[in-house]
Amino acid sequence: MHEKERDLVSAFMRGEMDRRELIRGLGALGVTAGTAGTLLNMAATKAMAADFDWMKHSGKSIKILLNKHPYTDALLANLDNFKSMTGMEVAYDIFPEDVYFDKVTAALSSRSSEYDAFMVGAYMTWTYGPAGWIVDHNEWIMDSDKTNPAYNWTDMIEGVRKSCAWNGRPGGALGSDDAMQWCVPWGYEQNNLSYNAAMLENSGIGIPNNLDELMEAAAKVQADNEGIYGIGVRGSRSWATIHPGFLSAYSNLGEVDLNVSADGKLSAAMNTDASKEFHAKWVKMIQDSGAADWSSHTWYQVGTDLGAGKSAIIYDADILGYFMNGGENAMAGQLAYAPFAASGNGAPTPNIWIWSLSMSKFSRDLDATWYFMQWATGTEHALFGARNMDFVNPVRQSVWDDPMFRDRIAQSYPGYVEMHDVSAPGAAIKFTAQPLFFDLTTEWAASLQKMVANEVPVDEGLDQLAESVNRQLNEAGLG
Amino acid sequence: MTGRSHRFGLSPRFEKISEVQHKGIRAGRISREVLPYLLSLPALLVCIGILIPFGTAIWYSLQRYRLSQPWNRGMNWGENYLNFLSEPDFWNTLQVSLVYAGLTVVLELLLGLGIALLLRRRTRLNNFISVILLMPLMTAPVLAALMFKLMTNPNFGILSYFMQLAGFEDFRWGSDPSTALFTVILVDIWVYTPFMMILLLAGLRSLPPQPFEAAALDGVPRWQQFWRITLPMLMPYVLTASLFRLLDSIQQFDIIYALTQGGPGDTLMVFQVEAYLNFFQSTNIGRSAALLIILWAITFVLSNMFVKNWLRLRERARGEI
Repeated sequence: MHEKERDLVSAFMRGEMDRRELIRGLGALGVTAGTAGTLLNMAATKAMAADFDWMKHSGKSIKILLNKHPYTDALLANLDNFKSMTGMEVAYDIFPEDVYFDKVTAALSSRSSEYDAFMVGAYMTWTYGPAGWIVDHNEWIMDSDKTNPAYNWTDMIEGVRKSCAWNGRPGGALGSDDAMQWCVPWGYEQNNLSYNAAMLENSGIGIPNNLDELMEAAAKVQADNEGIYGIGVRGSRSWATIHPGFLSAYSNLGEVDLNVSADGKLSAAMNTDASKEFHAKWVKMIQDSGAADWSSHTWYQVGTDLGAGKSAIIYDADILGYFMNGGENAMAGQLAYAPFAASGNGAPTPNIWIWSLSMSKFSRDLDATWYFMQWATGTEHALFGARNMDFVNPVRQSVWDDPMFRDRIAQSYPGYVEMHDVSAPGAAIKFTAQPLFFDLTTEWAASLQKMVANEVPVDEGLDQLAESVNRQLNEAGLG
Repeated sequence: MTGRSHRFGLSPRFEKISEVQHKGIRAGRISREVLPYLLSLPALLVCIGILIPFGTAIWYSLQRYRLSQPWNRGMNWGENYLNFLSEPDFWNTLQVSLVYAGLTVVLELLLGLGIALLLRRRTRLNNFISVILLMPLMTAPVLAALMFKLMTNPNFGILSYFMQLAGFEDFRWGSDPSTALFTVILVDIWVYTPFMMILLLAGLRSLPPQPFEAAALDGVPRWQQFWRITLPMLMPYVLTASLFRLLDSIQQFDIIYALTQGGPGDTLMVFQVEAYLNFFQSTNIGRSAALLIILWAITFVLSNMFVKNWLRLRERARGEI
């Protein structure tokens, strides 16, 4: 770094100039915004090292298991900073998502010490936590000797942070006072609308404000634009079909998946009248305006169809809309975003997917691993990823407040930041935490497929589902 | 021994030689007794290698064993199996597995036999075609499934395009319960018919020519030759090829999982997919193991039936019965 650039960055780190002044100053020296972000990151790393003994575990090695994902790309791009700051070595394996969780389950269930930490979804921790395969991270987060004082745990968006904490009791509220922090949030996805602005405009349709309007908009845009379908939602026979738009709308309408009695017993709640009404609408929406091969649609097909101009609207992970609006996609630059509350009342309350990091209980050196964890989930790395790479959505409020990040997103993805800001306060996991999560939600998805295929009427299908769910809960001693 | 030799008046030198010979005979007898055990040791080790996981699976299948509820683990003996009796899902799985296996074996057999009959004569063209037809067999089934998934895509799939040309505007392949079974069977047939074809072609080409020459001299029509001579003589090959395919089909996983994950609904929920989902997604080890033990039992019974028939046909072909 040249002298003048270093002085500017140092002045910024000392708080003597704001971010805009810094960028303007660096710009005058011929430094691009991307390079400015890297310089800032290096300076931030140095500043971080000043307050905490990052070299305590120097010479040690850890190994992590990662999913192929833009978050992983951002991590690898910044990993040398961690290595030079700590003197630690970090080895890693990366697997595609199709096989990733099988690999995690196999490694943990065999009590292998090969991996010290791994990427995980919060839902998976409802299996891994009670099985005794992962640690309660509170032990490290709350230990001032082990955690950098600048870590700022409460900077994590509350709903996201709490969604990774559960007391292990079936039906127990997420983020309760006695909850164990099974994972540390890293990046997350809200479920809202991403849409093809030109197609909606062509049909003279405004942004839908509730489920009925969404159904109508999807049908009309499909009728008015040849060769496309109206609404993209997931449909494969998997739990992943339930958690995005479907559960976001369902919970926004005040419905729950399971009832929890006063004595902690669980029972199915999918066959109430209101739930049946919602299911009937959802099924009709897919039948009228969904993809012809909906029942094989995973997040991948939902996203790529929007990016290829095959669908007009998706009600799914917001980051799909983000990624499809750039790169080589046919519809790059033509997508827009909208927060969505199915009830039409109040702010959106999206269900969320959280990519997190967890430490394996079988790690040989948890303290050293925690050094990696707190760096990877810390503010500096999140800022680096958010400013320079596609590390969206960050889980830290300070990153969402960062002008550099907001400017970058606002320029290339208009409306995205605003959508996030509106939805974030209500964003959280809306499922009831319990160990049969994958069984019950997969069966829910299979029932939905039957209803869409008209194999079974909605009423009857939901009654059958509820009966099966109750039987499984009873067999497992939870009902 | 020495006393007895003296009794017969043998010299001490001869006695010594005799003693060495006897020792050698004794050692030979011991090694002859031990040798079979030594030779069977590798087979025994392989057996143990197979039996340990098998025994473990039986052990797990008798337990209430979910990884997510370690506190709940315990023996429930036959409860996992008994639960199946009252579960519609299990009966659906059984039905789908048997229908899938039955249809694929029969269709592949018919097609394989037809192609083998067409290629029976040893000509350069036939030999070339038989090699070309083997290519699908060299494709990993999961890749074949993904290839068909692309070809049946409603937006750009070539098979969907042909169906539209044929007047089927809304043919949904694996996405519709009414056509999903057809779709996965189509992929299975594409991959495995060459297997049937190559085995039956080898069988056809190895049949002795005399019965056919005699039949031709007697003026027996070709279709009667097929029914009365070709098919009975080919039957051991038919049974062998069918057995191999049946064992594979009843344990189908990759094609179905890659195409539909067992859906839509439970339309294609075969044993292996159900067991896989139970293990890796639900971490319900007890139920998953019980499903696989039942699958093993079905496979064992079916293969026994086939092998017995195969032996009977072989004996008949040799004129032993």
